[in-house]
Amino acid sequence: MAISKLQSFTRILLVALLGSLIAACSGGQRETDNAAAEGILLIGNGTEPKGLDPHLVTGVPENHIISSLIEGLIAYHPTDDLIPAPGVAESWESNDDYTVWTFTLRDDAVWTNGDPVVAGDFTYSWQRILTPMLGSEYAPMLYVIKGAQAFHAGETEDFSTVGVQAMDEKTLQVTLEGPTPHFPNMLKHYSFFPVNPRAVEEHGGMTDRQSGWSTVENFVGNGPFKLKSWVTNQMIEVERNTDYWDNETVKLNGIRFFPVENPSTEETMYRSGRLHLTSTVPPDKIPSLRESVPEQLRIEPYLGSYFYRVNVTRAPFDNPKVRQALAVSFDKKLLVEKVTKGGQAPATGFVPAGIPGYDASTKVQYDPELGKKLLAEAGYPNGKGFPKAEILINTSESHRKIAEAMQAMWKDNLGIDVGIYNQEWKVYLDSQSNLDYDFSRSGWIGDYVHPTTFLELFTTGNGNNDTGWGSAQYDALIAKAQTAQSEEDRVQALHDAEEILLTEMPVLPIYWYTLVYMKDTQLRGWEPKVLDNHPYKYVYFETN
Amino acid sequence: MLKFVAGRLLQGILVLLAIYAVTFFLVAATPGSPFSSERAIRPEILAQIEAFYGYDKPVFERFMTSLGNALSGEFGPSAVYANRTVTDIISESFPVSLKLGALSLLLAMTLGIPAGILAAVKRNTWLDYVPMSAAMVGICLPTFVMGPMLALVFGIILKVLPVAGWFGPEFWILPAATLGLVYAAYFARLTRGGMLEMLNQDWVRTARAKGVKETTIIWRHCLKGGLMPAVTFLGPALAGIISGSFVVETIFQVPGLGQWFVRGALNRDDFLILGLTVLFATMIVIMNLLVDIVQVALNPRLKYE
Repeated sequence: MAISKLQSFTRILLVALLGSLIAACSGGQRETDNAAAEGILLIGNGTEPKGLDPHLVTGVPENHIISSLIEGLIAYHPTDDLIPAPGVAESWESNDDYTVWTFTLRDDAVWTNGDPVVAGDFTYSWQRILTPMLGSEYAPMLYVIKGAQAFHAGETEDFSTVGVQAMDEKTLQVTLEGPTPHFPNMLKHYSFFPVNPRAVEEHGGMTDRQSGWSTVENFVGNGPFKLKSWVTNQMIEVERNTDYWDNETVKLNGIRFFPVENPSTEETMYRSGRLHLTSTVPPDKIPSLRESVPEQLRIEPYLGSYFYRVNVTRAPFDNPKVRQALAVSFDKKLLVEKVTKGGQAPATGFVPAGIPGYDASTKVQYDPELGKKLLAEAGYPNGKGFPKAEILINTSESHRKIAEAMQAMWKDNLGIDVGIYNQEWKVYLDSQSNLDYDFSRSGWIGDYVHPTTFLELFTTGNGNNDTGWGSAQYDALIAKAQTAQSEEDRVQALHDAEEILLTEMPVLPIYWYTLVYMKDTQLRGWEPKVLDNHPYKYVYFETN
Repeated sequence: MLKFVAGRLLQGILVLLAIYAVTFFLVAATPGSPFSSERAIRPEILAQIEAFYGYDKPVFERFMTSLGNALSGEFGPSAVYANRTVTDIISESFPVSLKLGALSLLLAMTLGIPAGILAAVKRNTWLDYVPMSAAMVGICLPTFVMGPMLALVFGIILKVLPVAGWFGPEFWILPAATLGLVYAAYFARLTRGGMLEMLNQDWVRTARAKGVKETTIIWRHCLKGGLMPAVTFLGPALAGIISGSFVVETIFQVPGLGQWFVRGALNRDDFLILGLTVLFATMIVIMNLLVDIVQVALNPRLKYE
C-alpha cells in the first residue's frame, strides 16, 4: 500500500516535470529568425562591459557597444579600414604639413537629450579625458595633439595650452605635435569620442570616475542607436535612434549584446539559434566547424601580433645572438597549422601584415641551421651550458599549448631546455612589468591602422616596453617618424625602426592574429575589418 | 531556545568579523591591482585612480574604513565596474542566485528523498538498485559535464529548452536541473542510509510483531529519524549549491552571484570580494543555525545547549 502511494507520488512528479518541459517548448521557432524579421541583431559580446563611458573603458566588448551609441568626428567606413567616413564632421581639411586640422561639424547632429552636437562638446570631452584627476587609461591616445601630454601629466592646468579650439559652434580646429596624415583614422577610436557636457555635469561633473551619466537611465549619446536596457550579465539592448542625422542609412531596428564569457556556451547559443554573431569560437571546435558549416565560420585577419617578450636584462638573453637564435629556431608555420589552427599568419616581423602602405617585414624566417650557428657563436654549441630558462604565460590552455610547442621545437633545434610556468592574469601583469621573467607570452592589438601603434611600444622606457630593451637609434627613428614631413619618409623611418627591432630581437614574433567567429548566413553588410570595428548602420538582414 | 539562538548569533557575528578581517588582509596581500591592465598606465595617473578609491592609505586605515562601511551596510564602489556599487551588484544578482539555489534544492529534495525512502523500503529490489545506481552516476558526474550534456540534449537535439540566459521560467529548468540532480543523488543515498538504519532497529521488529501496519512504521516511526542525515546535509548542500553555482552560471549564462565572485577575485575588486564573502558567510551561518534548530525539532535526543 505504502509503495503504491509512493509510486503514484513519483508518477505525479514525473508528469509535472514532463509537463513543464512541454510547456516550455516554444514550437521550435528560432530566436534568430524572429529577431531578423524584426531587424534586431543578436551579438555574443564576450564579457559584461565594465562601463559605457568612452573615456574610462578600455575593452573590446565595451567598444562594440559604445560604437553603436556614440559617434565621433570621423566614422568607420563600411568596408575599408583606411577611409575616414564622415561622422559628426561633415568635412575636414588640414594644412600642407598635416599639423593643423579643421573640422566642420554637421548641423543636424544632435544628442539624445536634444542638445545639438557642437565643437565645444569636443573641447570639453578632450579636456575631460586628459584631466589627470579622471585617471583615463586611454588618454595617451590624445598625445598626438599639441600640449596634450603636458596637460595630462599635470604640468599645466590651463587647457588653452592644448591644441584644440572651437572656432565657432560648428568649427573645430586641432593643432598636432607633428605632421600626422593618419589623424582622421585615429579619431575613429572611442577615446576621441565626445560626451554630452550637460549630462556629465548633471551627474557628478567632469572628473568624477563614478559619474552616473553613462548608466541606462541617464545615458546621452549621438550615435545611430540609443541605450534601451541593460541587465547585468544578461543583455544590453540598443534601439534605433530616429534623431540620428543618418537614420535613413540605418537598417537595423536594434541590437542585443549578450555578455557570454564562456566560448562553449556562446557556441551552444549560436547553434540553438539565439545569436547571429559570436565573439569567438572554441579553438578545438574550429576544424569540425570548418567541415560542417564552412559558410558560417569566419576567419579574418585581425590587426594584432602574438609574440614572446624576452627579458634582455637577464643573462644569457642580454646577448642579441641568443635572442636571434631563439627567434629563428621555431617553425611558426607548423605552429599555426597544428596548434592554433585558427588561420593565423606566421609572423615574419612584428607589425602585422594588412596595413595598407606598409609592407610587413619578412626578416624573421624559420632557419634552424642559422639558429644553431648563432647559438654556438654566443658560446652555447648545441645548447651546451645554456641555463634553464622559463616561459611565463597567463593561465590559459591555448597559451600553454603554444608554449609547449615552442619548448619542443627549441629542444629539437637548439638542444636547450625551457620550462613553462603560468600565472593568474594580474600576477602575470605584475611579473611582466617588473621584468620578473625570461620569456613572457604577449599580444598586442592595434588601436588604429598604422604601424606606429605597434612600433612605439619599444621606445626606451615606454610603459608597455616591458623587456628592458632600449636603443637610442630606435628611439630616434620613432621620433623621426612622428615629425616626418611626408608619409613616405615616415614609413621609411618606421621600416628602419622595425629592422632594428628585428635585429636586436627583444621580442620573438610568433603569429599575426585572426578573428574567428560564427556569422548567421542571413546577415549582410558585416565585412571583414582588421580592427573588428563594424559600423552597425550598414548592417542588415537579407529577409528585411 | 531563545538563549541558544542568541548565543549562536553572537558566535556567528564573531565568525563573520574574523572572516572579514582574514579576507581583507588576504586580498590586500595578493599581488596585482584592480587597475593593472595589459596597457601600462602612467604612474601619476595610477596614483590618481588609487587615491580616488582610497588605495593610497595604509592597509590598516583602509581596513578600519572598510569595516566601518561594511557595518553600516555599504561595501563601497566596485573598483572595476564603473558607477556600480557592491550593493547594486548584490541586489541585482542575489535574487537570481537565491531562485536558482532554491529551485535546485527543492528539486534535489523532491527527487532525492522519496527515491531514498523507496530504495530503503524496497531494499535489494530493482526499485533500490536502479535509483541508487543512477544516484551514484549523479554523484560522480561533475556539473561541467552534466550541464553541457543537458544543454546538448534539450537545447540542440530536442530543441525544447533555451540553453542560456535567465529571461523566464523556461530558462530556469536546465541550470536548476544541473545543479539539483547532483544533490538529489546525495539526498537519495543519505535518506536511504538513514531509513535503513531506522528500519533495522529492534523497536521496529517489535512494532511489526505487534502487528503495526507497515505504512505506520515507515511514515510515523521511521521517517523522522531516517531524515536526520539528509537534514544535516542541508547546510553543506546549500554552501555547495552557492559555491558550485559558478560553473552552472557560466554554462547557462545565469546572472547570479557566483560569476561575480570569481570575476571579483580575478579583477582584484577588493570591495566586491569582501561584500560577497560576507554575504556567503552570513548565509552559511544562518543556514547552519536553522539546520541545528530543525535537527533538535526532529530528534528528541538533542537539546538546545
